[in-house]
Amino acid sequence: MNELAITVIGPDRTGIVAEVSEALAGVGANLSDSTMTRLRGHFAMTLICTGAAAEDVEKALAPLQGVLTTVRAVAPEADADVAGEPYLVSVHGADRLGIVAAVTRVVAAAGGNITDLTTRLTGPLYVLIAEVDVPAGRADDLAAQLAVAAQELGVEVTLRRAESDVL
Amino acid sequence: MSDALADWKPDVLGVEGKVLPVVTAPAGVLSSEGAEVDPADPAVVQLAADLVATMRVSPGCVGLAAPQVGVGAQVFVVDVTEHPKTVTAHGTFVLCNARVVEASRWRPGREGCMSVPDLTGDVKRAGRVVVEAVLPGTGEPVRLTTDAFEARALQHEIDHCAGKLFLDRVAGAHAIYQRKVYL
Repeated sequence: MNELAITVIGPDRTGIVAEVSEALAGVGANLSDSTMTRLRGHFAMTLICTGAAAEDVEKALAPLQGVLTTVRAVAPEADADVAGEPYLVSVHGADRLGIVAAVTRVVAAAGGNITDLTTRLTGPLYVLIAEVDVPAGRADDLAAQLAVAAQELGVEVTLRRAESDVL
Repeated sequence: MSDALADWKPDVLGVEGKVLPVVTAPAGVLSSEGAEVDPADPAVVQLAADLVATMRVSPGCVGLAAPQVGVGAQVFVVDVTEHPKTVTAHGTFVLCNARVVEASRWRPGREGCMSVPDLTGDVKRAGRVVVEAVLPGTGEPVRLTTDAFEARALQHEIDHCAGKLFLDRVAGAHAIYQRKVYL
């Protein structure tokens, strides 16, 4: 079955998630994975849905006030095989242009696959936290490369293992 | 009382454990409070042996609670002896009707669960606990003080017996993750 990739973004207000998810349920669109968060006062929703046609979802979302929406049919994708070990990258420092670009380029060059990333700018402080699958045996190299990049950017960076324990 | 635990071995149950299928969420039994048990009940003794047997055949498994094999009862097995994060360890043991009576040194950690096979989550757990329980078979009361990974495992299993999953305790909306390869 085809999946729909849906984004909704608008000024944050009480009830925005309820309205969007009711509209989706109303046309039989079943939310599978989603992430929804507030970004500088905008509420941003990124969702994968199944079970409805793109046109129906567009129509259902159209009446929502003040929000930008996109709806696209996409082919289902399997989760990629995990080819590495889970790590967390933390970066913080004075905001400047290009921190995310430089850090993520270093991660990619080491074969690291970013699975989740959040940035926050608060006053002068810029913070980036990323979950990265790092190929086995490459973590020390990556840490060294990140340290070089951090030095150039004038920010602090740490790479640490995000191990989980099965109980 | 703790000596009882030091001397405890699964052999003392005196019955052969059967390997049971592990139940995964969503399943009502995982979200229902387990019943307190009579530790001398032969069915409880058998369950204790079955939990040990099922844990033993599950790679990397350091603990298993009755609801995870479909039984709504306050019984679980723990064995963290081989785990690298273990500090204090009491070997393999099965406890019935366990309660955390003291908890301190709260620390975050990322944990997964055989009953929630595709996710992990960040959960704060006490790094030092005192647990009171009774042993299966004899019903002998035990008071167990432990720390680090054994403390985390005990809290995770006691939660199972109360119908709680780690998902009920994750630290935030962004604190669950697709499970990575872990063995």
